[in-house]
Amino acid sequence: MTAAGNAITEKIHGQGGVIGFDVEKVREDFPILREKVHGKPLVYLDNAATSQKPQVVIDTLNRYYKVENSNIHRGIHFLSEQATRAYEDARGRVRHFLNASDTREIVFVRGTTEGINLVAQSYGRTFIKGGDEVLISAMEHHSNIVPWQILCEQVGARLRVIPINDDGELLIDEYGKLLNERTKFVSVAHVSNALGTINPVKQIIEMAHRRGVPVLIDGAQAAPHLKVDVQELDCDFYAFSGHKLYGPTGVGVLYGKASLLDAMPPYQGGGDMISSVTFEKTLYNVLPYKFEAGTPNIAGGIGLGVAIEYLGRIDLEARAAYERALLNCATEALSAITGVRIIGTAKEKASVLSFVLDGVHPHDIGTILDHEGIAIRTGHHCAMPVMQRFGVPATARASLAFYNTREEIDALAGAIHKVKKVFG
Amino acid sequence: MSDLSELYQQVILDHSKKPRNFQRLEEANRTAEGYNPLCGDQITVYLQLEDGVIRNISFQGSGCAISTASASMMTASLKGKTKADAEVLFKRFHCLITGAPDGSLDPSALGKLAVFSGVCEFPVRVKCASLPWHTLRAALEAKRETVSSE
Repeated sequence: MTAAGNAITEKIHGQGGVIGFDVEKVREDFPILREKVHGKPLVYLDNAATSQKPQVVIDTLNRYYKVENSNIHRGIHFLSEQATRAYEDARGRVRHFLNASDTREIVFVRGTTEGINLVAQSYGRTFIKGGDEVLISAMEHHSNIVPWQILCEQVGARLRVIPINDDGELLIDEYGKLLNERTKFVSVAHVSNALGTINPVKQIIEMAHRRGVPVLIDGAQAAPHLKVDVQELDCDFYAFSGHKLYGPTGVGVLYGKASLLDAMPPYQGGGDMISSVTFEKTLYNVLPYKFEAGTPNIAGGIGLGVAIEYLGRIDLEARAAYERALLNCATEALSAITGVRIIGTAKEKASVLSFVLDGVHPHDIGTILDHEGIAIRTGHHCAMPVMQRFGVPATARASLAFYNTREEIDALAGAIHKVKKVFG
Repeated sequence: MSDLSELYQQVILDHSKKPRNFQRLEEANRTAEGYNPLCGDQITVYLQLEDGVIRNISFQGSGCAISTASASMMTASLKGKTKADAEVLFKRFHCLITGAPDGSLDPSALGKLAVFSGVCEFPVRVKCASLPWHTLRAALEAKRETVSSE
C-alpha cells in the first residue's frame, strides 16, 4: 500500500476503529484502472455516471455468452435450465442485498429510469386521479421528474416539489406542509446525483405513511455506497441500476412490496409475463414475472448478481468509512483552491463533489482534466432544476468509488490548478 | 496526442474573457436562439440585416470558452459581410473545426478564425465552436424555433 493509502487507512482506524480497507488490493480487481488516457494513468472520477466493473463481472459476461447462453423460463434443455437457475440466483442475491423478504418483490428492469417509469405508469395510472398530488424533491434527477410529469399530464394530477436549502438539503418541514389529503405518492432520491446529499428517507417514508401515502426511493446513487434495507426503511418501492453498482449496463432492479405489485396492472405486455393467452382473455403471470415482458437482459442480470456477490466480500462498514474519508479529503483539497465553490454542502453526503470554478466554464475544466487522464462529468447531470436552484448553468462533478485513492484526489487538485493556469 | 495549447490559443482565451459585440442589439431585425443541451451553452444572436448585408451583429448568452470565443470572433468577422459571404465562411469554418478535408476551400480565407483549427482534435468540443454559427444561420433564415446543437 502507498503512503497516502496508509494515511487514509490510519485515519479510518483512528476515527471509527473499523477494519482497515486495502484500496490497492481492490484496485487489482478492476482491470480498467490500469489503463492510460492521453498517456496518463486513468483517474476515473465519474462513478456517479457509471462505475467500473471488476474482473469477475467481466468474466461472468464472457463465460455466459461463451458456454451458457440460452433463453430462460422456456427451454427444457440443459442450457436453458442452467441460464434460468443463474438468473434466478441473481434475483436471490438482489433480494438479499436489499433485505427484501421475498424474491417475488424483485423485478428486473433496464435500470432505475425504467423502474420509476414502471411505477408511474402501472401504479400511477391505476391509483392516481385528477386533482391528486405527487411529491418529488427539488434535487431529483430528470428520471425522477419526467415520468411523474408524464403521469400528471395523463391523469390531471399535480406535481409538487419539496424545496431544498442552499446546502442542498431537503427542507423536511416544508415537506410536512406539502403532505396533505390530496397527496397520493412521494418519490425522492436516496442520494442526489448532482449534490451528493443523503436524504433522510426513513423519516420521509414515515411521514408519508402516516397519511397512507406510498413512497418510491430512487436508489441509483445510494445502492453503490450505503446499506439499503427495504424492510427497515419500509419503502414501498426502491429502484437502482446495475451499472452504477459495478455491474453491467442495461439491467436494474425495482423492488416493490408484494401487496402493491399484486394490485398493479402489467407495465408491458408480451412473452414471459403471461400464464395463458387466448384471443379472448390473457391471464398474467405471478410476481415478479408479471412485470418482466420479453426476454430480459439475462447476462446482465447474472452479471449484476456477481457484482453484488463481489461487493459482499468487502466489508460494507470499512468500504463506506473509506469512501467517507476520501470524500472529506477531496472536499478539503478542492475547498483549499481559490475560486472553487462546492455546490452541495449537505451535512450528510456521499460520493459526489460538484463544483464550479470562477471564470471557467465546467466544460473547459472537463477538457483540461481529460488531458490529465482524469475523467469527471461536466454539465447539468440530468438535473437541470438543481442547476437553476443554485444559479449555475452547469457544474463539474467528481464522483468517487471505493477504488479511488488519495493520490487521485491530489491529481484532481493538481489538474484544477492547471485549469487556473490556462485561464490565468 | 491532441495539444491543449492548440485548443486554448491566446486569441481564443482573450475573446472568451472579453467577448466582443456582447450585447443586445436594439436595431436588430433578426434574432435567433441556440442551445447545447449537453453542456448548457445558450446563445442569442442579434442581426441587423439590410438588403442581404449584415450591417451589425451581436450576441448574448452563457457558455464555455470555446463557444463564447467562437461567437465573439464570428460577430467580429461578419460585420459588413453579405448573407452569401457568411454562408461561405460558415462552410469553411465547419470544415476547419471538424477536420473535414476539402481541397476546394482555402483555410487562409478564414483569417483570424483559423485559430479554431485545434478544435478538430477535440471532437466533443466541435459543437461548442459551431453553436454560434448554427444560431447565426437560423437568424439569417429567420427561423423561429431554438436551434439545438444536438
